Amino acid sequence: MPVTATTSVPDAERLRALVRDFLATHDPRERLRFLRARFDAGLAWVHYPEGLGGLGLPRALQSVVDEEFAAAGAPDNAPRRNLIGLGMVAPTILRFGTEEQKRRFLRPLWTGEEAWCQLFSEPGAGSDLAVLATRAVRDGDDWVVTGQKVWTSRAHEADWAILLARTDPDVPKHRGLTYFLCDMHSPGVVVRPLRQATGEAEFNEVFLNRVRIPDAHRLGAVGDGWRVAQTTLMNERIAIGGGAAPRETGALGVVARTWRERPELRTPGLHDELLRLWVAWEVNRLTNERIRQQLANGQPGPEGSAVKLAFARLNQRVTGLELTLLAGEGLAYDDWTMRRPAGVDFTQRSPGYRYLRAKGNSIEGGTSEILRNIIAERVLGLPPEPRTDKDVPWKDLPR
Amino acid sequence: MSTLPDLRYSDVEDALRASVRDLLADRCPWSAVLRRCETSEPYDMDLWRRLAGGLGCAGLLVPERYGGAGASAREVAVVLEELGRAVAPVPFLGSAVLATSALLACGAGDGADDCLGPLAAGERTAALAVPFATPPGAPFPASVHAEGDRLTGRVVGVVDAVVADLLVVPATGADGPGLYVVEVGGSAVAVTLRTSLDLTRPIADVTLDGAAARRVAGPESAAAALDAALVAGAALLASEQLGVAEQCLETTVGYVKTRYQFGRPIGGFQAVKHRLADLWAAVTSARSAARYAAACLATADPDVRVATAVAQAHCSEVAVTAAEECVQLHGGIGFTWEHPAHLYLKRAKACEIALGSPDRHRAALAALVDLPAATP
Repeated sequence: MPVTATTSVPDAERLRALVRDFLATHDPRERLRFLRARFDAGLAWVHYPEGLGGLGLPRALQSVVDEEFAAAGAPDNAPRRNLIGLGMVAPTILRFGTEEQKRRFLRPLWTGEEAWCQLFSEPGAGSDLAVLATRAVRDGDDWVVTGQKVWTSRAHEADWAILLARTDPDVPKHRGLTYFLCDMHSPGVVVRPLRQATGEAEFNEVFLNRVRIPDAHRLGAVGDGWRVAQTTLMNERIAIGGGAAPRETGALGVVARTWRERPELRTPGLHDELLRLWVAWEVNRLTNERIRQQLANGQPGPEGSAVKLAFARLNQRVTGLELTLLAGEGLAYDDWTMRRPAGVDFTQRSPGYRYLRAKGNSIEGGTSEILRNIIAERVLGLPPEPRTDKDVPWKDLPR
Repeated sequence: MSTLPDLRYSDVEDALRASVRDLLADRCPWSAVLRRCETSEPYDMDLWRRLAGGLGCAGLLVPERYGGAGASAREVAVVLEELGRAVAPVPFLGSAVLATSALLACGAGDGADDCLGPLAAGERTAALAVPFATPPGAPFPASVHAEGDRLTGRVVGVVDAVVADLLVVPATGADGPGLYVVEVGGSAVAVTLRTSLDLTRPIADVTLDGAAARRVAGPESAAAALDAALVAGAALLASEQLGVAEQCLETTVGYVKTRYQFGRPIGGFQAVKHRLADLWAAVTSARSAARYAAACLATADPDVRVATAVAQAHCSEVAVTAAEECVQLHGGIGFTWEHPAHLYLKRAKACEIALGSPDRHRAALAALVDLPAATP
């Protein structure tokens, strides 16, 4: 049922009262106990079912709860550090999990007691994810998994992973996959940092050497992994596009400040480029806000792909402009020491870092090329790419 | 919490769009637009009367006490999107937006009020006598001189003037700038149609030779009233540009699905798909910019000048790109007179120049957001 702002007003008032009652009876200084109780009270994600952290209310009402807790200074569940768990894993478990799996995993996921990562991409399977080669072979009540995953953010901190593995090599690539919930502390899981062009290691490569996963941790039917993964990937696109930030945030804010404070650096050509980027950045911000307004009113649209596509290109141009503007100073880099940052911050490090890190924007979370294919085929309805591998068993595909 | 205005379309706006789109589908197919554009009557005044009087579109900005609909710039924006989609040959922008906004900005008691009723009802049509390329913030024009209630001078490139009953003329007299209303008709007023780049919305030159005029704004308010009209025009033109871009995208997507070359629809080739995906993303962002400008204008938001500069800098270029892609991806047929692509290209390019080019809007923005130019 579509939700509008007007119909949710009485619900919003009722929710506010619920949050205030909760705050009156729970001590926010006991962080974990407080978060667990918030989950049990159905005030974690209000659109989830009762008993699973929610109240079965419209998603639009979540902001009411979040605002009330934030205004009271209550501890949150560090949503920015838990993007994969909250944004991608939880909706997938909710949709495909057994009752037992939902009850086992959703609460510690939401409170942040258990961190999650995503074991999807492989060295031979990036944009063409379905061609992946990690094997899972049935052995009694377990599956035995062997393979290599790559680009796994937070694998070194994760307790659990969502894992896509091949369970049948004799059928075409999309049909032989199965989706698992993998304990990252299992014997045979080896995590190594993967160093990027910036010098640091946000990501990892993960080796799976005969890792045993109980069949009870399979999500969805055997061979149905691709369909389950679609839910994860769809939610990834929603999770990556946030709400609207204030004007002039991020890398553009940094370069605009430099422009104002350092008149000696200005040139006519860079002035024109700066203004073009200012306009484009602002327009992208407005689109983000339009998406947020639509989502809050139960009208999801495809515009998120436009924002991601535009942002990648914009961030690359803005960070390139900043380096050029700084001229000689841009030739220096702050630090090549290998480190493992908790997240990406486009404002805290040197311009050289911003320039290099921005190159990842058009690759991570779906390359710009794949995004254009998706827009062309699913939004504009243009004919799909020819599929030469459609009916070929995976084991016979050229790799 | 966000402080940005609602960027979605309301139910009322959707209903208005549907009525305008129905009328245009019925009365304004592009084949008719093309047939008309080389005749001595480039405007479809019958369509204009239905749109202005019948649907009440001419009076959207006019308060109810003057006989208008008392709607806002948001509704006007929706009408302009539809008119842009159809490259409709009607004087909506010149009369219902530019001239009407100028008269509304004159303030009550200055004599502009009695013009508004007939304009809102669609009984009369007006034009704002400035060159169509004039950007907001331009200096008050010096091309027309006022002596008492007589105006003399020449203004070139006035949009929608050739079908105007009234001209709203900025002129300078002994006591400074003023806005004047001139009735078109007598021998002292000559309006000459130019051969225009945009066949569906031609410009004309206005020559005044001691023409009788009525002052509707004096030195204290004339410059501000003119500027308010130019801001409104520029902010809302972005929505027309959005409509042009949308139509070009849709037409092109439709065509590449049906045009077969090398044994398959050309829309299946990645080189074509990626260009259209980029264009779709650009149109998506243009909608955000145009909606924001209209919303700021509707509530006299202090951010309206930034919103207008952003919308014009962005939507102008998106519309031109969309029209150019439309011509190119239609291949040979896209370059012929018989296909409507050229009408959109001409409208898009004319809109880009109108009310300030993107570069001028970026220059205005530089001052507004404190990003000064390089000093030599």
